[in-house]
Amino acid sequence: MTYSPHTDADRALMLEAIGVSSVEDLFADIPASVRAGSWSIPAPLAEQEVRAELTRLAGRNRAPEVSFLGAGAYRHLVPSVVGEVIGRPEFSTSYTPYQPEVSQGTLQSIYEFQSLICELTGMEVASASHYDGATAMAEAALMACRLTRRHRVAVSAGVSPDYRRVLETYCSGPGVEVITVPIDLAEGGSGTTDPDVAAGALADDVACLVAAQPNFYGQLEPVRALADAAHAAGALFVAVVEPTSLAILQAPGDYGADIVAAEGQPLGIPVSFGGPYVGLMAARMASVRQMPGRLVGATRDVQGRKGYVLTLQAREQHIRREKAASNICTNQALMALAATAYLTAVGPAGLREVADLGMTQARHLVGALEAAGVAERRFSGPYFAEVTVRVVDAARRHAVLAERGIVAGHLPGADEPELRDTLLLATTELTTDADIERLVSALEETA
Amino acid sequence: MSVAEAPERRDASGRGAAFSGAAGGEELTIVEPLIFERSRATRRAVRFPTASARARERGAGQPELPASVLRSEAPRLPEVSELDMLRHFNRLAHLNHAIDLGFYPLGSCTMKYNPKVNEWAARLPALAESHPLDPEALSQGSLELMWLLAELLKEISGFPAVSLQPAAGAHGELTGLLMARAFHRANGEGETRTKVLVPDSAHGTNPATATMVGYETVTIRSNERGGIDLDALRAALGPDVAALMITNPSTLGIFEDQIDQVAAAVRESGAIGYMDGANLNAILGRYRPGEAGFDVMHFNLHKTFSTPHGGGGPGAGPVGVSSRLEPFLPVPLPVLVDGDPDEVRRNAWAGRSTPRARFALDADRPQSIGKVRLFYGNFGMFVRAYTYIRSNGDSGLRGISDDAVLAANYLRMRLHDVYDLPYDRISKHEVVFSGRRQKRQHGVTTLDIAKAILDHGIHPPTIYFPLIVEEALMVEPTETESLETLDHFVGVMRDIAARTESDPESIKRAPMTTPVGRLDEAAAARRPDLRYAFGADAGAAAPATPPEAPTRGAPTA
Repeated sequence: MTYSPHTDADRALMLEAIGVSSVEDLFADIPASVRAGSWSIPAPLAEQEVRAELTRLAGRNRAPEVSFLGAGAYRHLVPSVVGEVIGRPEFSTSYTPYQPEVSQGTLQSIYEFQSLICELTGMEVASASHYDGATAMAEAALMACRLTRRHRVAVSAGVSPDYRRVLETYCSGPGVEVITVPIDLAEGGSGTTDPDVAAGALADDVACLVAAQPNFYGQLEPVRALADAAHAAGALFVAVVEPTSLAILQAPGDYGADIVAAEGQPLGIPVSFGGPYVGLMAARMASVRQMPGRLVGATRDVQGRKGYVLTLQAREQHIRREKAASNICTNQALMALAATAYLTAVGPAGLREVADLGMTQARHLVGALEAAGVAERRFSGPYFAEVTVRVVDAARRHAVLAERGIVAGHLPGADEPELRDTLLLATTELTTDADIERLVSALEETA
Repeated sequence: MSVAEAPERRDASGRGAAFSGAAGGEELTIVEPLIFERSRATRRAVRFPTASARARERGAGQPELPASVLRSEAPRLPEVSELDMLRHFNRLAHLNHAIDLGFYPLGSCTMKYNPKVNEWAARLPALAESHPLDPEALSQGSLELMWLLAELLKEISGFPAVSLQPAAGAHGELTGLLMARAFHRANGEGETRTKVLVPDSAHGTNPATATMVGYETVTIRSNERGGIDLDALRAALGPDVAALMITNPSTLGIFEDQIDQVAAAVRESGAIGYMDGANLNAILGRYRPGEAGFDVMHFNLHKTFSTPHGGGGPGAGPVGVSSRLEPFLPVPLPVLVDGDPDEVRRNAWAGRSTPRARFALDADRPQSIGKVRLFYGNFGMFVRAYTYIRSNGDSGLRGISDDAVLAANYLRMRLHDVYDLPYDRISKHEVVFSGRRQKRQHGVTTLDIAKAILDHGIHPPTIYFPLIVEEALMVEPTETESLETLDHFVGVMRDIAARTESDPESIKRAPMTTPVGRLDEAAAARRPDLRYAFGADAGAAAPATPPEAPTRGAPTA
């Protein structure tokens, strides 16, 4: 299949206009010694053939019948209308709005996105998007280094192990040292960061303390005390949040967060084997000039009409080159539009329902597991919609259940040996009572 | 009736009534209100079920959330009906130019047609709903697709290994330079090799990436023919240089005709050769950097392999690497653990699964630079790119570059008499003109020319880049535009050139037919207004006064 519109007559006419006899002449500038050798690319396929091939690959996946898997990516309802909005070719087949006069749709929707993220997080300014939650967090930590002119960052072990790996990679670039603040992993402990332990780790050369709310294990961190500990050491507090939880949980701006980073995938984006997602970042207005990523601002046109433009571009690579706040160029704009459409479609009441249902089903799940005597909470204290439970022989039973089409969450033991006999179980508004019963009885059967 | 079906309301741009109000010179203050201004308390769109009594009962004994962690006021998200919201976004959509609406010769961005079968594939539920942490036994299709795409990208680039992980070109650059540094460190040269060489024609991402990796950027000048100055390069290469980053074909749309000597000089000096693959669309099947002496290249799947640009992303920026960089690739890597790779490829190319083949994610790579993002890459883009490569096949891929190069050269020959061409050589995927003549003789800038192009329903070329061309106009037609479209563009550009002489003021006033006119960017930066200010910020979800009624020019009014 080809998407070229040219007929042989068109090509002949163009070659004649150029004044060459064949298209080969247009590649004469490639030195002979480095011209491509043969390659092994299969023959073209017609649409029905390529559809058959993709259908074959899709058929090799097995959708679980029941899943409690989260650990950074969450299955939520994606309202049909969200798919309709991001499917509009005016949004999907345009690019970065360099020409604002013909990009007001994209620009205004990004301005709305920035407004929604500010409102959700209680912050003053939000960027137009990052690659994912982990890279947003890593860029937030580097931003904190620029703001404080310090070169070490502290991160709570309650932050996802994979987020922390990405942070290590990003910090290795400019040579920023990453200090890990342990959490209370004792049986029946809090599963969270002790503010005194955090304070002890915060020397006067640490740029920021990074913590997650809720944390990777589902537990609620003492975020205000952590923010206070960071500020007492002259460091910034970077909060990593789950966006649907913000319908219920305090906004980071209200507990002293200086920068907020989040994975926006739960807001209307399918799990899609890990991407594309959207990284969210929000901060205080005073730090906007050190913020990475694009920003859209409102202004007026020559006739006084309101309009939107890319602004404060003096932070960005195409203007500042080696002095830019980040190298980010292409971002995740269409996924930010999905989040904008999602938050608009569900509204404050719908987001609250999503958060309530997820949390109610998590409590239901734990209550049912504990009543059946097959699992119990690994930590004490409140949790949101994801929870770590102790299960005997967790890895083996996880594998046995997977064969039956039941994904019993995530196994944190692979990264945190002390948690080897635990499961990290996530619930959302899509988790049904029947799903919970199936997991409980499957665990009973494999006891 | 949709706007698209209302021809009497179309304007010169052909894009419908959203543009007609301004074209008619009416005084409009708002093109489309913000969604917050459409909000009315308690109005709803999507609803969710309520939890069962049993669910609440069984969870009753669980710890309650303390008041200290609870939010005191609900976030002021818009409260609108589903129809209100859909109309809002549809109206916004009408304010955009897009490939699906018209010509989009934005140089360096490869705005080619995005085939719809790719979208069909990406939305297959078994792929879109595949969780990245599902047990590997449940994700064999997703893993096989990633493995096969990597195999195809290896063939296309000539590199022995590929990581799909980077989310965009700049992310691929970061990944590539981190690998370069890991390589030098492994050889005990991590402390001494501290500089990255970048030609003066490079994208801004190259020097910005070097900084993110802690390297110092050294700019290498171009020669009078637009290529990298080989003598300047040789003089700069030394034991303190970690890498050269070079875009080929260059941002001037020119193939570096000494690329063989460039790659050899870099290798001999012990540095890493990074080829920015942004312009791969010009050289498919013609030049493979992996077999031509380079160590690493990023692909832009959203350029060369047609995944939609999405108003600024998502893209995907996989990297191909030489064998000496392979140990440093990011983790995890999709691998074939059971089965013969030749057999698996042969079967897949014939549309068959290989019964015993098993795919996995390999994270056990001790020299890896680590993870550059949370999961494995922008998988939805992989599905589209794989679909596109399989659709085109070997002959189709070569044909892409043939036709892209043909179109760029055609535009060069049809316009070089009216716009200056500082580097008049065979073009590859794009051609860079200069508006300096129009500026000097008539005071019409390239920005003015770009705005005048908007009035013809065409997206302007990239302007003022590359930096080494004064008043640059960077035109990339791509292979999917018909000869009629190219000729129309030629006519528009010649007409504008003529008007810069006969009526320069008309160019400076442009655009006249777009939803808004030229916007005050200086004011936007001086007094940043980056979010909606709620009415008196008093917590009301809706403003005290009703928003203005939809404007007369609004599509569905």
